[in-house]
Amino acid sequence: MSLALAVAAVLAVVIVVFVARPFLSDPSPASDRLDELAPEARQRLALAEERDRALATLKELEFDHRTGKISDEDYRAQVGPLRRRAAEALRALEQREQAGHERIADRGQRVQ
Amino acid sequence: MAPLGRAALLLAFGLVAYALIAGSYAAWKRRRRLALSAQNALLAAFPVTLIAAIILLVALGRRDMTFVYVWQHTSHKLPLGYALSAFWGGQEGSLLLWLLVLTGYAGLAVWLNRRSRELIAWTVPVFGLVAVFFAFMLCFVSSPFNVQPAPVDGRGMDPSLQNPYMLAHPPLLYLGYVGLTVPFAFAMGALLSGRTDERWIVATRRWTLAAWMFLGVGQLIGAHWAYVEIGWGGYYAWDPVENAALMPWLAATAFLHSVMIQEKRGMLKVWNMILVALAFNLSLFGTFLTRSGVVDSIHSFSKSSIGGWFLGFLVLMVVLSVALIRWRLPLLRTKTKLESLVSREATFLYNNLLLVALCLTILWGVLYPILSEAVRGETRSVSKPYYDFFLHTFGLPLLLLMGIGPLVAWRRASLRSLGKTFIVPFAAAVVTGVALLALGFGSSWPGLLAYTFAAFVAASIVLEFVRGRAAAGGIFRLIGRNRRRYGGYVVHAAILLLAIGVAGSSAYQTQREKLLKPGQSIEAAGYTLTYAGSTGVRGPNYTGFRALVAVSGHGQRFRLAPGINDYNIEGPHPVASIYHDPRSLGDVFTNAQPGPPGTNEIDLKVFVKPLINLIWAAGFLFVAGALIAMWPDAVEQRRLAARYAAGAAPAGI
Repeated sequence: MSLALAVAAVLAVVIVVFVARPFLSDPSPASDRLDELAPEARQRLALAEERDRALATLKELEFDHRTGKISDEDYRAQVGPLRRRAAEALRALEQREQAGHERIADRGQRVQ
Repeated sequence: MAPLGRAALLLAFGLVAYALIAGSYAAWKRRRRLALSAQNALLAAFPVTLIAAIILLVALGRRDMTFVYVWQHTSHKLPLGYALSAFWGGQEGSLLLWLLVLTGYAGLAVWLNRRSRELIAWTVPVFGLVAVFFAFMLCFVSSPFNVQPAPVDGRGMDPSLQNPYMLAHPPLLYLGYVGLTVPFAFAMGALLSGRTDERWIVATRRWTLAAWMFLGVGQLIGAHWAYVEIGWGGYYAWDPVENAALMPWLAATAFLHSVMIQEKRGMLKVWNMILVALAFNLSLFGTFLTRSGVVDSIHSFSKSSIGGWFLGFLVLMVVLSVALIRWRLPLLRTKTKLESLVSREATFLYNNLLLVALCLTILWGVLYPILSEAVRGETRSVSKPYYDFFLHTFGLPLLLLMGIGPLVAWRRASLRSLGKTFIVPFAAAVVTGVALLALGFGSSWPGLLAYTFAAFVAASIVLEFVRGRAAAGGIFRLIGRNRRRYGGYVVHAAILLLAIGVAGSSAYQTQREKLLKPGQSIEAAGYTLTYAGSTGVRGPNYTGFRALVAVSGHGQRFRLAPGINDYNIEGPHPVASIYHDPRSLGDVFTNAQPGPPGTNEIDLKVFVKPLINLIWAAGFLFVAGALIAMWPDAVEQRRLAARYAAGAAPAGI
């Protein structure tokens, strides 16, 4: 009984230390704010998902065409709009990234 | 030992309660360290619960009758393996297994995705909420660590549970049931955090597949257990508890298909949330049915008073799921529409509607007797014809769709292309149907249709592999490039074997029963079974008899020995004897009861079940397909990691 209680007490102490570790290892942090996706990052993520989707659809279309599920005529009719969609998503992402780089460079110049 | 077990459970309860309360507050107020602390509490809950589980296992292994739970479910003469399996044989042990698997899954899933902090911050309290319920039940309502002065011996174990399949069937089912908590917690976490992008799907894809695989294999092993152990010659009786495992599997199957449409087209976000919530709540409902004793079932080994608690929690979870989905509807709505009713997406949608319709009709079949008794005080039951009707109505089109889907292109397909791709499977189906009709298989139209559709599906799967191999330049390259698709086709092949086995063994089975004296015979489907006499048997905790039956027919001779085991504590239990015919892939199944007292007669039941062994073979193929689909794809992982790294925090996939 006493051994069981002693084991339980040791276990409880170890667990409490483990649970409190974020506070013990970083008692006065510069910021305690939980990471959150900024609206801009959310839009970038949505664009990345859209790009991946467009590229995957294009890949599926190519494969369906090669395995005979899509006729040449249907393939020609579908591949153009899909390539445009993929290109638009890629362009939008690049523009966003470029704007981001420019903002960072701009901020850097102002600091200097 | 028992006080340490109780202390461990109390500690686990404290940890998961902290994960719930502190985690919710941290996610709400955006407190980083508190969120990490709540996450650590959830991680720590697993080893603590494991200590409680080990203590119970040690007590079961030692047959420590001071533990009330050990006394209730074991005896000194019960073999060690079965004594350990009592861990999940009773209510308290089952609840502990739920908590153990849940904390293990939750800890691992959270740790693997720890970098996606915004999503994880809200996922932790959802896991905490589910775990709090089970830990609360174990600490304050139904503890496995209640003690008593040690009696001379225990009550023993139900004889039907003394079967090797029982070492695997319940834990696999629990791995499946509890596994569905992972996609649920991440989905609810996504709703709470507003992260309704695909991050939660990426995080839980393999978890859902694994849970679905465990649930499927668990049911198949359970069906085999029922077949060899219960002695009625069948493997699925639409028992409420069997249905309780089938329903979440059907909902998860629908989700695994529809989530592909969200990933590929960005559609069906609301529907996927509904399916995840449905699958999880049905898994809770399944545990409620098994453990509450509200239904009469061969699985209701223990009836108890925890039903009210379970029902309350189930209602809470349903209300919470519906409220969250409704709250986030504006974020879940998408502009993308279905381009054509003749497309792969559309076939997935039809498949979803049929799966959910089948699931809901089964749910109604389970609920109706309970509601009827609660509202009107009448005891009513929903029997086999009800389920068979809906299985034929929804199951046969589902089988056909399994063959149609892979042949149809994504987005839209023209009639000309369809004609080209459908010609071979269609011809295979027509030839099979006509040939079977000519051979006299028209005695069962569902059986005939099932085989005709099966020919269509088989041809379409073969065609997919042949065409895909030619396009990709090799079978391994083909599978390696798209594991999910081709793993899925292997699973389809498994379902096909299952359907053929079920149709053969149910629609075309032969059943005979006769009272036999030594030397007398019975005929069944071309087999002659001659009763030669009986002999006594003795086991570690039973005595019994075996009827010696010589069988000849179809160019084969073999012996069967059905009988009865009379367990010292638990009482008599039938023992079936089965011959697996390698030529027909079917079984000759026998069951014997003693004849009228004072005679040396036996009541012999014979079932000849064609193709039944395909059902069990399907299990291996099913696991192989699921593993292929689950196997990590390095290229895809890099792509996803890059996507989330560019978005914000890197993905820990």
